[in-house]
Amino acid sequence: MASWPILSLTTFLPLVGALFILALRGEDETIKRNARWVALWATLVTFAVSLILWWRFDPALPEFQFVEKHAWLGGYGTYHMGVDGISLPFVILTTALMPLCIVASWLTIENRVKEYMVAFLVLETLMVGTFSALDLVLFYLFFEGGLIPMFLIIGVWGGPRRVYASFKFFLYTLLGSVLMLLAIMAMYWQAKTTDITVLLHYSFPRDMQSWLWLAFLASFAVKLPMWPVHTWLPDAHVEAPTAGSVILAAILLKMGGYGFLRFSLPMFPIASHDYAPMMFALSVVAIVYTSLVALVQEDMKKLIAYSSVAHMGFVTMGIFAATTQGVAGGIFQMVSHGIVSGALFLCVGVVYDRMHTREIAAYGGLVNRMPAYAAVFMVFTLANVGLPGTSGFVGEFLTLIGTFKVNAAVATLATIGVILSACYALWLYRKVIFGKLEKPNLAGITDLGYREVAIFVPLLVLTILLGVYPKPVLDISATSVSALIDGYQQAIGAAKSAALVK
Amino acid sequence: MKELLAFLPILPEIALAVGAMGLLMFGAYGGERVVTTIQGLSVVLLIFAAVLAAMLPDSRFGTSFVVDEFARFLKVLAFLGSAVAIVMSLDYLAVEKQQKFEYPILILLSTVGMGMLISANDLIALYLGLELMSLALYVVAASNRDSIRSTEAGLKYFVLGALSSGMLLYGCSLIYGFTGTVSFEGIAEGSKHPGIGLIFGLVFLFAGLCFKVSAVPFHMWTPDVYEGAPTPVTAFFAAAPKIAGIAIFVRVAVGAFHEIVPQWQQIIVFVAIASMVLGAFAAIGQRNIKRLMAYSSIGHMGFALVGLASGTAVGVQGVLIYIAIYLAMTLGTFAVILAMRRNGEMVEEIGDLAGLSRSNPPLAFLLAILLFSLAGIPPLAGFFAKFYVFLAAIEAGLYTLAVIGVLASVVGAYYYLLIVKIMYFDEPVQAFQPMPGELKAVLGVTGLFNLLFFVYPAPLIEAASAAAKSLF
Repeated sequence: MASWPILSLTTFLPLVGALFILALRGEDETIKRNARWVALWATLVTFAVSLILWWRFDPALPEFQFVEKHAWLGGYGTYHMGVDGISLPFVILTTALMPLCIVASWLTIENRVKEYMVAFLVLETLMVGTFSALDLVLFYLFFEGGLIPMFLIIGVWGGPRRVYASFKFFLYTLLGSVLMLLAIMAMYWQAKTTDITVLLHYSFPRDMQSWLWLAFLASFAVKLPMWPVHTWLPDAHVEAPTAGSVILAAILLKMGGYGFLRFSLPMFPIASHDYAPMMFALSVVAIVYTSLVALVQEDMKKLIAYSSVAHMGFVTMGIFAATTQGVAGGIFQMVSHGIVSGALFLCVGVVYDRMHTREIAAYGGLVNRMPAYAAVFMVFTLANVGLPGTSGFVGEFLTLIGTFKVNAAVATLATIGVILSACYALWLYRKVIFGKLEKPNLAGITDLGYREVAIFVPLLVLTILLGVYPKPVLDISATSVSALIDGYQQAIGAAKSAALVK
Repeated sequence: MKELLAFLPILPEIALAVGAMGLLMFGAYGGERVVTTIQGLSVVLLIFAAVLAAMLPDSRFGTSFVVDEFARFLKVLAFLGSAVAIVMSLDYLAVEKQQKFEYPILILLSTVGMGMLISANDLIALYLGLELMSLALYVVAASNRDSIRSTEAGLKYFVLGALSSGMLLYGCSLIYGFTGTVSFEGIAEGSKHPGIGLIFGLVFLFAGLCFKVSAVPFHMWTPDVYEGAPTPVTAFFAAAPKIAGIAIFVRVAVGAFHEIVPQWQQIIVFVAIASMVLGAFAAIGQRNIKRLMAYSSIGHMGFALVGLASGTAVGVQGVLIYIAIYLAMTLGTFAVILAMRRNGEMVEEIGDLAGLSRSNPPLAFLLAILLFSLAGIPPLAGFFAKFYVFLAAIEAGLYTLAVIGVLASVVGAYYYLLIVKIMYFDEPVQAFQPMPGELKAVLGVTGLFNLLFFVYPAPLIEAASAAAKSLF
């Protein structure tokens, strides 16, 4: 068993499923049905395999596990894969959400089902690959490759302004990433390797760190997204099909945060330290400003999209506080946001499938016809607000503690964001769920079906479980996080004493 | 016998030239009936020449003709490019009733010129090869005699080409005048203490070469000739002659002028930036796919020259990888353009591709792969092409060039995406006529090459590395 390349298996199993779907032949209806089932089984099996990773992972070790290494690019890059406590949670998150996305698209996608499922499975491979690549070129390959399927998902199965949204998504992300590519090349010539495990212990000269850090920021800030380069996100979210929004919010955004943790902080510690005030400022602006913007939205998906930007502000704040609580909180917040925001988009999808509108004003009083839906929506709304007992609380609380130690003012300002998030989330909830059911077209609306219940139950369980018992996620990442912080503190200490000697 | 062995280095070119003459006689006496045979034999001859070129050992013919790893690598590409161009023309010429036996023979003769150019090691051989290649190209550009646009394309290409040859010759004469030799080794020796006259000559020589690879500011002929020439001719222009042009550019720059890299580096940096930026922006407004491909090829030459600008072995390796992948991308894309036929008429607007993903899913999928590859999106082959040239630019410290280059590639991505959008997001129009088998084969091979290159890229990268090292 030990010799099995479990990580590669997790990464490429969805691709095998995609090839299988491409090979399907027969009548249209048969193909549609088979494509759905193949996609579901492929994602389920991938999830099962990724659980083996979780089970066999030793959280006490700080180094990378399940490492695979093969020659690849003729001397310039290797096929090097592995996970540690920082990347494993994201791998599991990805594989866990994919089956739910497939089920969520079961009936809502009627056109070109085969292509849709292929795009999702290819996307899964690329996402898992991004989190487990241990070579910069390989990482870039997975990171950027995801653009193609997501572009098609938004553009082919999206809403009325899908062309604009898909182009904006693609070009924004590409623009940020090409600068990172140049930084990767510069790192190669400086360190003579693109192996992440080596680069994590390589110390780049101070002024070079600064440039590299900015180039990586260009990519991750767009991906995360951070204010002021977040404007592609609301457009992409609104136009994407429900499952596309879920993947976008739950996983693609996390690549940015993961990038900061994997590259910016450990590889360029001095630059991270120097630029931390800027990152705090941007995070606070993101938290407060986008929360205010969320307050005036008329479209449910747009509101959740802006709230995502605000929540990612907590992540960057926690990461660049560079304290154990801050970083652990950032990781937890990302995992929790992955579950909660994904679930919220699914909630919007439920009513959208019935009424074909996402306008908040078109709803009201749904609790009368849809009690189960109202309950589910409430849990996720409260988790989004960060109510204690839900997973949203743990992440926000830890990032705030971690930041408070470093910069009390920033933490205080960020707390305003928590209040604002309660304002917009509860306002949305009241408008949609409570009140009298007055609108005639809502009179016949039906409550959750079996398929929808099956999607929401695991998400509900996870949200509450992680809220009261966050240990599994925190434990898995603890050793890696403390190793990261130790390395960071050492580098800062060395730089400071070097400055004193001068 | 020993005297005969001296001709060994130019065996592939001799085979091509003699073969072309033989086929010419065959065609002249056989007439219309033997056109298909001549086309077939030409392809066989080109493949034979490619195999021959690949097997030749390192050798030289005097000082003027050299066979090394670099020449072998590029000759195989150029010969195969020509062969595929002939294969892709078969159906078009048959349907348009333009089957002339001269067409494959002219391509053969042009290919002899390319072989000469790739191996040229002095200025005389360079000029001979260049003219041999170009004269045949002028004629094929105008090969559709009854079409005004085709004739105009041929004439325009000829007049501008003659002008650039003049500049090139003037440059050669200055270089000869100031170094006293035409051989590249001699020039390298003489340029250790460069005077202003030599630099002048260098500039004129480079201007002539820029014209051949259609780099800005000598690109003006490209869109008109691409649009006006019959489509299979355009496919040929975009592929093999570009390889030969880039080859001699590299050999002159790093072979003859390696002592004065800073002198020419700034020229190449400017030309590369101008080509990338113009190729990216000017293509956005194009609606004719052949014109669009013309601007796309201008941009791609700019990217290839980024590798040369570094003036290092890594840079030349990047150029070689770029040009090899470019060949695959271009031939594949033109295979689709050649299949854009509706009701017996060729259509050339990008709007004609609307909804292709539904009327012909495999065709749309492969074209989308090629377009994303042209845009340089990983994990497709086009990404690796750009990766290696920019890697070299970063090594040489050409940061401005690299940053402008990648930004231009983002702008360029826009118009490739536009075509993908038309194919995938728009409502279908009438389907195209069935694609001929040989175009399917070309498209299938090039599309899968681009898609699967990342799985096992090492052979091409290592071959290019060996080829680049042979120049240093």
